[in-house]
Amino acid sequence: MKSSGSVQVRDLWVDLGEFHLRQINLDVAAGEYFVVLGPTGAGKTVLLEAVAGLHQPCKGRIMLDGRDVTNVPPERRSIGFVYQDYVLFPHLGVAENIAFGLKLTKMDRATIEERVSGISQLLTIDHLLHRRPGTLSGGEQQRVALARALVVEPRLLLLDEPLSALDPEMREGLQRELERLHRELGTTTIHVTHDFEEAVALGDRIAVVNGGRVVQVGSPEEIFRRPGSEFVARFVGVRNIFRGEIRPGDNGYKVLFLDGMEIAVVTGLTGQAHGSIRPEEIVISREPLRSSARNSFRGRIVNIADRGMLIYVTVHVPPDFTCMITRRSLEEMELREGLEVYIVFKASAVHVF
Amino acid sequence: MRALFADKMRVLFVVLGSLLILFIAWPLLRTITASSPTLLWQTLLEEEVRGSIGLTFYASLIATIIAFTCGVPLAYLLARVDFPGKWLVEGIIDVPIVVPHSAVGIALLMTFGRRTLLGQAFGLFGLRFVSAAPGIVIAMLFVSLSFLVNAAREGFEAVDPRLERVARTLGASPWRAFWSVSFPLAWRSILSGLILMWARGLSEFGAVVILAYHPMVAPVLLYERFESFGLRYSRPVATLMILICLVTFVALRVTTAGRKEDKA
Repeated sequence: MKSSGSVQVRDLWVDLGEFHLRQINLDVAAGEYFVVLGPTGAGKTVLLEAVAGLHQPCKGRIMLDGRDVTNVPPERRSIGFVYQDYVLFPHLGVAENIAFGLKLTKMDRATIEERVSGISQLLTIDHLLHRRPGTLSGGEQQRVALARALVVEPRLLLLDEPLSALDPEMREGLQRELERLHRELGTTTIHVTHDFEEAVALGDRIAVVNGGRVVQVGSPEEIFRRPGSEFVARFVGVRNIFRGEIRPGDNGYKVLFLDGMEIAVVTGLTGQAHGSIRPEEIVISREPLRSSARNSFRGRIVNIADRGMLIYVTVHVPPDFTCMITRRSLEEMELREGLEVYIVFKASAVHVF
Repeated sequence: MRALFADKMRVLFVVLGSLLILFIAWPLLRTITASSPTLLWQTLLEEEVRGSIGLTFYASLIATIIAFTCGVPLAYLLARVDFPGKWLVEGIIDVPIVVPHSAVGIALLMTFGRRTLLGQAFGLFGLRFVSAAPGIVIAMLFVSLSFLVNAAREGFEAVDPRLERVARTLGASPWRAFWSVSFPLAWRSILSGLILMWARGLSEFGAVVILAYHPMVAPVLLYERFESFGLRYSRPVATLMILICLVTFVALRVTTAGRKEDKA
């Protein structure tokens, strides 16, 4: 397998009228899974296309493995590209789609077939090779698009919202697939998304972009624990995200273990995973509650943040849970910092990803 | 079918629309049925008729090939690139549809006539336009190229430019991406355009008759027979022309129908 490459973007400006990039600087290490996170229209796709060489920047440089490729045409960059809506060649069958890049090389037929069959097995699409792209489901098409990009063994894989067009179940499956592929092939990957949980689940590091600029780069934890700006804080939102291990529990529940805590969850996943609970899903009470909710923990209020109508209350269990309540609840329960309270939430309120 | 007559308004629309269809179909059917098959066959055996039909087909084919060579690249540019003055280029492409074709004949005569600069330049290569086959070709080319360029442009516009971009990242040069992705995907549109242009060329009279009365293409032959010998004598030629053009047109409809199936 060809060694995967590092990417440096230096002071990149691209102007496409509608979309533009302003002074982008990025460093992606070889073998890293790097996520570019930002709202729709932030210029994420333009950034990927510029890295691939599909748009000529007005200023700045792009380096692959330390070599300046700014003026190298896309066909000589060895960069795989996967679009959100797959963009398979509709006039070619699945096998021909995957073989497209190999047929442009001087590779002989037998080797091409071997490589196509190898990548198809890796992506579990070998039974689809004789089909037409139009007859495949979204998830299957996206696997074919991945196979087509990966079979030429690119130094860098660019994924433009690869999961966004899929329905939620497919999405989870393909997300696991991306993790596994990256683990097995080690291809440097830049993955663009507007979905924070996707970014957290997949990214070694995340760059948050807005209005054509990079506003923050860091590990997933850094991004949501210490948002560098008002925009990042708003975009990421206030949420409780924990990483732990999923183990089988009793009564059909599973348990997310973290720091000695056991949180009952409902999920099909096992192993290392993230759990997220929205602040409005957590109930605060002064007394232990008898309820149908499976999760109840005792903690101490360490912070009360007043946001007008809504109040964010941080309860230190540990870890810290942020809960959202109304002003009226705050006043009725006479909550204040330092007070011991119980937090309660349903197992199904925990989104595992 | 029932949706056609769903309410009174639609019934009225159906009646009005049918008038137009009838207006086209009736005279055509009338002409086709007027001549007996034996008479048609005899007409087809006439040296003069066959010669002129052959010339018409041939000249229109050459015009179509020329338009294909230069028009497909132009259509691709119009579909893919925004450039200053694009509106002007698009306007120029549509001009042949709006100007009277006899005026086109005059314009071409003034540009490619014997004493003109271009006429003399081509004359050096033994190429003569007035009263010669090349004149028929350029007249047909002028009046029918819009159909091909517009059809091809629509074909390229329907091809997602990202397909080319993916091809590029997979190692294809711009040239290769065009031939293995954009062109095959736009092919059905281009083919429709080719057939439409060719059929349009076959039926051209106004521009051709001014530039080259001789050698006679089929529409000119038909006109001449009508002028010299009257309706009765010109009718079989008209029938033949209509039948031939109908066949090409049916072929066009079949290819576009196939295209819809592909999309489904």
